[in-house]
Amino acid sequence: MMLKTGVTIVAVAALAAIAGPMLTPFDPASQQLALRLAGPTALHPFGLDELGRDILARVLAGARISFLVGLTVVTVSASVGTLLGAVAGYFGGVVDDAISRVIDVLLAFPGLLLAIALVAVLGPSLGNVLFALTIIGWVGYARLVRGQVLRAREFEYVQAARAQGASVARILWHHVVPTAIPAVVVQATLGMAGAIIGEAALSFLGLGVQPPTPSWGTMLNGGRAHLLDAPHLTIFPGLAIAILVLGFNFLGDGLRDATDPKRARATLR
Amino acid sequence: MLRFIVRRLLLTIPVLLGVATLVFSLIHLVPGDPVQAMLGDSATPQDVADVRARLGLDRPLPVQYGAFLSNVSRGNLGTSLRTNQLVASAIAERMPATFELAFAAMAVATAIALPLGIVAAVRAGTLTDYGATTLALVGISIPNFWLGPLMAIVFSISLGWLPVSGRGSAAHLILPAITLGAPLAAVLARMTRASVIEELRELYVLAARARGVSRFRAIVRHAFRNSLIPIVTVLGLQFGAVLTGAVITETIFAWPGVGRLLIQSINFRDYPMVQGCILLIAVTYVAMNLLTDLVYGLLDPRIRFE
Repeated sequence: MMLKTGVTIVAVAALAAIAGPMLTPFDPASQQLALRLAGPTALHPFGLDELGRDILARVLAGARISFLVGLTVVTVSASVGTLLGAVAGYFGGVVDDAISRVIDVLLAFPGLLLAIALVAVLGPSLGNVLFALTIIGWVGYARLVRGQVLRAREFEYVQAARAQGASVARILWHHVVPTAIPAVVVQATLGMAGAIIGEAALSFLGLGVQPPTPSWGTMLNGGRAHLLDAPHLTIFPGLAIAILVLGFNFLGDGLRDATDPKRARATLR
Repeated sequence: MLRFIVRRLLLTIPVLLGVATLVFSLIHLVPGDPVQAMLGDSATPQDVADVRARLGLDRPLPVQYGAFLSNVSRGNLGTSLRTNQLVASAIAERMPATFELAFAAMAVATAIALPLGIVAAVRAGTLTDYGATTLALVGISIPNFWLGPLMAIVFSISLGWLPVSGRGSAAHLILPAITLGAPLAAVLARMTRASVIEELRELYVLAARARGVSRFRAIVRHAFRNSLIPIVTVLGLQFGAVLTGAVITETIFAWPGVGRLLIQSINFRDYPMVQGCILLIAVTYVAMNLLTDLVYGLLDPRIRFE
């Protein structure tokens, strides 16, 4: 149920992001100043913003930014985290100590704080948001994969491969890392939700994607000044974030339940 | 227990050193000249040189690093470039507001999450469970930078029941505390559900029922009490998420805490203040995690021997 709901929401959102320009005749950047802050109508279902731009067109364009951020951050974070986690878990010793200490230090910064700090000094831009979210993102994968590899390296088939003289790269790539893949996929799905919220949060604080690029967080930031006279500026971009993030959370939870047989239910009679 | 505490404290030292090092290096990550970036293009070369000397940025990097660690260990976080106030004093002034908000949010979260999680666990697999689980997932998915303005629209602007910003009365605290507490409530409800389900499987619950203990009592006095350890741990570990969430919540509701100070300082490129706020939030988080670990070790002796 969760899996199906998640897949449906994410698929619809992805289609809307791809087909965005075909779904509305309005350009997300074109301004109709005479109609600024106009509420929803049949022609403009989400209304217009403070510069008279169609909010539906901007929400659809913002979806592309959100998917771009999510996919980039998750792909790079998962690759780097899986590699470093596998190396740390497989080799142990000094290598593990060094990587684990870096992980410990990065985990000492709660949630988005390090991303806020990095973007604050590097300057607000989409590139810096991607960099900052990746810096905080890879740690979770590394810790997860390290734990899985620590277990997997003791498996008999891994020891057999080692005894046959297989190279470290081959053992890691063919025998050890695949055991961690299901957990990484679940983490990556939930990571998409995290990255989308992260980008939107940074943009909301004015530290992320900069106007006029239509990011959902930037749109919410713009709506703050018009809570009183034009609440639709706040309602629709926020709804888009919540629905897409909910979709990825459903998907991640569904995948986790599907891959973990221990998550059976219990009842008290 | 003493060995556990000492070992845990010793493990915290390199983490704190790493945190301080990362915070120190922030100012050196500024593209170009950090002092020029702080003062803007209109600053004279003399101004730039003065501020560089004041921040110690004209000294060799190892000397700067040593001085930074020495100052931080004595609680000296430098001086704000914007207000000339001591960074430590400015943060100390704002800290009570942040803690007030954080603890209120945690109280809101606990009040919502525990009943929701217990009901979902007891009725696992039923429509009630699906409803509660979905509600929790929705709670996690709604970003606080949307929930806050949304509640402001409804409760402050439309209904006029609550103030939209500032700090003062209990009424000022309600919207920020709910905004900050809602995602935590969702996480906590999921944890409570999982934890209570785990305990409901234990034989002692079945034994209690066999002895004639009522269903309600078996759930609340037996299963729930034992499931409290992981719940309290998650609550402690989530304190970090609350502190980060406070940065956003304080910005939305103009709540005069450290989070708002951080964002204001970023906007003014007041890097010493930014470094101070980041360092203090991270150290508070590390301290809270340490405390959670120690309490967990105290409650569950198995942890001490791992």
